[in-house]
Amino acid sequence: MKEIKIQLKNLSVFFNYIQALNDVSLDFYSNKVTSIIGPSGCGKTSLLRTINRMNELIAGFLRKGSVFIDGIDIYDEKIDVVNLRKLVGMVFQTSNLFPKSIYENLIFAPKLHGISDKSDLNEIVERICTQTAIWDEVKDRLNENALNLSAGQQQRLCIARALAVEPNILLMDEPASALDPISTAKIEELIFDLKSRYTIVIVTHNMQQAARISDYTAFLYLGQLIEFGKTTKLFTNPANKQTEDYITGRFG
Amino acid sequence: MEYESKNTFNEQLLKKRSTVLKIKEIMIKYFLRLNAFAASFFILLIFYFLLRESYEAFKVIGIERFFWQSNGSADASGKLFEWYPTSDNPRYSIIPLLAGSLLTAFPAVAISTIFGVIIGVFMSEVISNKFREILKPVIEMFAGIPTVVLGFFMLAVGAEIVRELFGPFTRLNAFLASVGLSFIVIPIIASLTEDALRSIPREVRMASYALGATRWQTISRIVLPAAVNGISAGIILGFGRAIGETMIVLMASGNAAIITIDIFSSVRTITATIAAEMGEVSQHSAHYFALFFIGVFLFSATFILNLIADIIFSRLKKRIRF
Repeated sequence: MKEIKIQLKNLSVFFNYIQALNDVSLDFYSNKVTSIIGPSGCGKTSLLRTINRMNELIAGFLRKGSVFIDGIDIYDEKIDVVNLRKLVGMVFQTSNLFPKSIYENLIFAPKLHGISDKSDLNEIVERICTQTAIWDEVKDRLNENALNLSAGQQQRLCIARALAVEPNILLMDEPASALDPISTAKIEELIFDLKSRYTIVIVTHNMQQAARISDYTAFLYLGQLIEFGKTTKLFTNPANKQTEDYITGRFG
Repeated sequence: MEYESKNTFNEQLLKKRSTVLKIKEIMIKYFLRLNAFAASFFILLIFYFLLRESYEAFKVIGIERFFWQSNGSADASGKLFEWYPTSDNPRYSIIPLLAGSLLTAFPAVAISTIFGVIIGVFMSEVISNKFREILKPVIEMFAGIPTVVLGFFMLAVGAEIVRELFGPFTRLNAFLASVGLSFIVIPIIASLTEDALRSIPREVRMASYALGATRWQTISRIVLPAAVNGISAGIILGFGRAIGETMIVLMASGNAAIITIDIFSSVRTITATIAAEMGEVSQHSAHYFALFFIGVFLFSATFILNLIADIIFSRLKKRIRF
């Protein structure tokens, strides 16, 4: 049973009057992993950032069309962006931990949203670290500076941190692009585990990665949605000539 | 044919550089080296000169008398903490001067920290790049105003305002000098705060926003704590500047060498003492050497402060490696 979690309707995005997305309509399904692939500058990240309204932090952002999560228009005036970002977690391309201890990184968001009880916070830290399979690596060094961790560990800690406020949706912007193959494998494994609890949208440059981890794939080119479908279908039997050219490496 | 081209290549490779070019290179190298040595040599000379003259002070006056005079009887302990170098019974205690310096520098740094950090946050976090490019030079311009102008301003205008507001016992006082010093310390702290805040990468702020933090939460909980080293280095440098500043305190502090904690009392700082008395002292007198001693004291204090700030800066660079 496919249940639509996020729905983009005729979405166009502009930055300083330059169009980044052109009339994209796309559905993301609950508890599935959807990859967005496409060459650099095709609007993948812009698309991702409309879902938690991070684009609004960039000067010159303009949007047409709408984004629905569970049927609610998130660009409605009544929507508080703080609540939205509690429900939609995000992981960035390079790990961006705060220059604080591991523990402080993980409790930052829960504390922000009003949890102050020490045992509750400890519980959250243990839960999210176990969920992201990093607990054994960090449990003895929670008070160490988070920047002392290895790059792969840092990125997994970023994922853990994003889960701390119990989001429904997890957005990932090329989470493994700066990592070695072993760390990448760990992240992919993690994404696979998290699928049962979260709706995951992942932007990736790596087509093998998209094929490995995602249930659905969307191919964007020059701000337009070229093709969307089941990953198995899109990679084995693409409907569109451009998609075929891209996934076989003829351009991009 | 092939052999021939290979040969010309070797010839090219083995060709000597022209002698003129070589000499030019050497001359440039030694010219730069000479300049660098000269600069550090002169600084060392200054230091040597200061030390030599103040060493004389130890011989003529003795170290104890730089702190108190024990043959007096006014105090319960029988010690006099006074700076009366031209009296018949000269007293050379540095304590009232140090107290004066601190009583002007500490309030100045306190005022400047509050305003400097606020301005720094405002410049880095609140306003647009375009506005910042106008505001920053304006703020930094304050640090470039000749201090005699600031001193004159405090003397003529500031003193009246302070008198109306607080009604101090003396028209020229430590508070007035502190406010004057703030004009040159605020730009230092504001500028370094702004640099420290802006060195926090954009991605880190983005992480905070993405977790649902508001702008103010991001500034207060993430950006400011991460920049605290840079800000404290700015405060230390500002303190060094406030302690070393001469003209403003000379003109606005009233120059009475009193030990007090009353901020509206007239005080005399180390720098103002040197500036005011060095011109009139007879050479190689005890008084003359005493002035050198307090100069060395000041030099060492500001040197150590700058060193601390420098160490904090380099730590900061090492620690933040995103």
